[in-house]
Amino acid sequence: MSLRRDPKKEPASKIPRRAVLIGALQLAAIGALASRMRFLQVEEAGTYRLLAEENRINMRVIPPTRGRIFDRNGIALALNEQSYRLTLVPEDAGDAEHVLRQLQKLVSIEDDDIERVLNEARRSAPFLPITIADRISWSDVSKVAVNAPALPGVTPQVGQSRIYPAGPVAAHVAGYVGPVSQRDLDRLDSPDPVLRIPRFQVGKIGVEAQMETTLRGQAGSRRVEVNATGRVMRELERREGTPGVDLQLTLDAGLQNYILARLGDESASAVVMDIASGDLLAIASSPSFDPNKFVRGISSADYSVLRDDIRRPLATKTVQDAYPPGSTFKMVTALAALQEGLVTPDDEVYCPGHMDVSGRKFHCWRRGGHGRMNFTKALRESCDVYFYDIALRVGIDKINQIGRSLGLGQRFDLPMSAISGGLMPDRDWKQSARGRPWVVGDTVNASIGQGYVLASPLQLAVMTARLASGRAIAPRLIKSEDGRERGVVPPAPLPIDPDHLMLVREAMGAVCNDRRGTAYGSRIIDAQARMAGKTGTSQVRNISASERAEGVRRNDDLPWEKRDHALFVNFAPIENPKIAVCVVVEHGGGGSSAAAPIARDITLQALYGGPPPLSAYPAKDRAKIDEQQNRLRALQFQLRGDGVGRV
Amino acid sequence: MSYLEHHSKTIPQGAKKLLYVHWPLVLLVTTVAVIGFLMLYSVAGGSFQPWAGPQMQRFGLGFAVMFVFAMVPIWFWRNISALAFGVSLLLLIAVEVMGQVGMGAQRWIDIGPLRLQPSELAKIGVVMALAAYFDWLPNQRLSHPFAILGALIIIALPAGLTFIQPDLGTALLIVIVGAIVIFVAGVHWAYFAAVFAIGAGAIAAVFQSRGTPWQLLKDYQYRRIDTFLDPSSDPLGAGYHITQSKIALGSGGWTGRGFMQGTQSRLNFLPEKHTDFIFTTLAEEFGFIGAGALLLIYTLIIVFCIVAALRAKDRYASLLIFGLSANFFLYFAVNMAMVMGLAPVVGVPLPLVSYGGSAMLVLLAGFGLIQSAHIHRPR
Repeated sequence: MSLRRDPKKEPASKIPRRAVLIGALQLAAIGALASRMRFLQVEEAGTYRLLAEENRINMRVIPPTRGRIFDRNGIALALNEQSYRLTLVPEDAGDAEHVLRQLQKLVSIEDDDIERVLNEARRSAPFLPITIADRISWSDVSKVAVNAPALPGVTPQVGQSRIYPAGPVAAHVAGYVGPVSQRDLDRLDSPDPVLRIPRFQVGKIGVEAQMETTLRGQAGSRRVEVNATGRVMRELERREGTPGVDLQLTLDAGLQNYILARLGDESASAVVMDIASGDLLAIASSPSFDPNKFVRGISSADYSVLRDDIRRPLATKTVQDAYPPGSTFKMVTALAALQEGLVTPDDEVYCPGHMDVSGRKFHCWRRGGHGRMNFTKALRESCDVYFYDIALRVGIDKINQIGRSLGLGQRFDLPMSAISGGLMPDRDWKQSARGRPWVVGDTVNASIGQGYVLASPLQLAVMTARLASGRAIAPRLIKSEDGRERGVVPPAPLPIDPDHLMLVREAMGAVCNDRRGTAYGSRIIDAQARMAGKTGTSQVRNISASERAEGVRRNDDLPWEKRDHALFVNFAPIENPKIAVCVVVEHGGGGSSAAAPIARDITLQALYGGPPPLSAYPAKDRAKIDEQQNRLRALQFQLRGDGVGRV
Repeated sequence: MSYLEHHSKTIPQGAKKLLYVHWPLVLLVTTVAVIGFLMLYSVAGGSFQPWAGPQMQRFGLGFAVMFVFAMVPIWFWRNISALAFGVSLLLLIAVEVMGQVGMGAQRWIDIGPLRLQPSELAKIGVVMALAAYFDWLPNQRLSHPFAILGALIIIALPAGLTFIQPDLGTALLIVIVGAIVIFVAGVHWAYFAAVFAIGAGAIAAVFQSRGTPWQLLKDYQYRRIDTFLDPSSDPLGAGYHITQSKIALGSGGWTGRGFMQGTQSRLNFLPEKHTDFIFTTLAEEFGFIGAGALLLIYTLIIVFCIVAALRAKDRYASLLIFGLSANFFLYFAVNMAMVMGLAPVVGVPLPLVSYGGSAMLVLLAGFGLIQSAHIHRPR
């Protein structure tokens, strides 16, 4: 390379000028950078620092441990169990379907589940985990862990899930939990943030639902530092939540277990109430179901079986169904008449088998009539005409007043779902609800617990307890919270003359113990456990005049759903009442044949705290009862009463 | 006999050269490098591995290279300018060929433990070649069209080779550095006015054509421009880097969160936290004061270089110092503008701070040349 140079050549004069120009431009650019820096770091610092905090800090909610539920003896009704579930983060999985198919080879997963996960993955943010399978076994967890490299995005997670060790025994009472639904969220004004945790479960029915806030506790939180990918780098702060409170119910799971076995396949319900405290020892609705199925997510096939069963296993018949109480209502009519002084116990009414009221013929259940009836005889033999007669004298207003004081038409505040208030009708109610005035025929119908009168089994049990004690006992279901016993307020005496109550009790005793009583067949001969009760048979259909002309068809000839409901209420022992019982057998036929024997067995079981000796039964029944006791023992659910759950 | 050789008696010789080293410049360069070590240490979560340690070794090596280059007389560098340019071109071609033979795009050559990026070398090669070219050109022929053509070829060859790598950012920087050297050399301003006019027209055409059948860029390229102009329009996509980097910077405030207390850069919110986006760590941890201080040091380096360029009595030395300092300026200005959301995200490191061997080595070699020009100046 030949570079010609002029030794005398001075640096070109243009260099300094242009160099200064470029230098000035550079400094201007630096000035611009500095002002931008100042803008970002000084003027906008607050804004960006806030954004940085959001970037960095993430609040995570720690779900609280749900409170457990026990029966009065410490038998576990609802517990928490450590469970494993598999989740998929679609972002990490890449080809989610391929990963799931690989997983299917290791762990049993339904095609439906794969479909569901893929659907969810398409809808939700790619970094949110989706549950593939819940409550998987430990061996499945280890299989997944070993094959982790082949299953990107799939991680096993530990959590707690609800388990109901008593299975169907307390299904309607304890209820069950399920995933939070949009409806649950809408119902609440400001939903607890814990409810937003995916797959978080809340009570859906029963105590689980009604005592939700108590059982749930308070969520804890942890502030974690995360990076842009959401990975937790470290925990900055942890605030422990408050675990949910354990509840002890008044329920006696052993008794309830027996009752469900005794009710068997009937569509029936039974309530056993402690007369002193109002404790509900049993509140059983049959048939029952396994609440664990709901926690796991019940299959639609299983659900439709439960839903479409005509015996309605999902209904809590004890509180949500109200039936015409039938003859079990006659004590109310009787007390109303006695109270008004319109009837004395010795007044007699002649029963020809029917009664004509304003041109309509009202029949007695015994078509041939009872002949001359006084107070005790009429209740004992359940003569309808006698009660028509006295009801016409006393009127609906007084009957309504007595019914209400005994707890009918009143919605008791229990932590159970869909509690019905029943119906204790009066003139105003009919005018506003039906738009027609009350007529005398309505009073006649109401006098024997038909027509508009409706009562739930719980209300009938309360009524019986009040008759037996003379006090305004209210039922209760929660015995203690967090080990602290809930106090029982001594109930006020009823505004009813104790002498009249005594008359009614004696008549009820005659129902069970007098040879002519309608429940004499279901008597208890153990003197310490004898019961007093009242049968009831409530019509679920209208018997037309033409049908009556041809002769009323027997229940056995009717289709099941048209048969009468069988009812029985009783208290025992007669001298010193401890428990009140109500049994309703839907479409069971007559109260004395279908409901009373069940009530007797339940009463004895409750009083003896277990299987009663055969000597409590009349001699001729003992062989049959012995056989029945053996059969029921096998039918009962195995309760977990190992003391683990003792409060 | 050149002007330099003519005045050779006043040029420092032997060990005396050490006295004439531009020590303030050495000090500033070292300070910047030390800031870099601290940042790399912090970004690694308080560890010399994996970045700060190797970076220090490279700086040591580069520092030695700088002094060796500084001690070599400037006329030697002038005489091998064309050769250096040729070698850098060959390396660019070699990388292109190897990239095609090997897999995918490749921008570097492995030389022992060092990874050399020929495009970095090409920047120095262009500056050296242009300085020598304009030193050789007689003053009166500076603005002759053929003279301009020669200069354009010197720029276009490495820029074109870099562009097809593809590395648009570096190619543009080569063009800009070349243009600055040509401008300072004294080429008639009318050429620049023409280029500006054409450039403005081209940009207008690009934007006007959008959405028409004859649009000049592909849709995704327009979207990139959109994202640059308004990063918030796509906070989790292309605008993510800019937004995150602004958050990190802004959250530093006046005084910063303190050394090792930065959260944004360390927690992986930022991409390339140890290379192109390392400035955000500095800005977050030391705030406006720290970031401003670095900018001030950079400014001083530029000012010292411009002064040195003006005081150089030789055209080659003057243009070389000026071109190299302009190159250095473009590095940090573009990088800072990028992290502050003023320029698109292009792969330009923060000079002497970002982790990276070849950039560090080439930059220090450049300072060696500047020192050489400064030392071997007739006094």
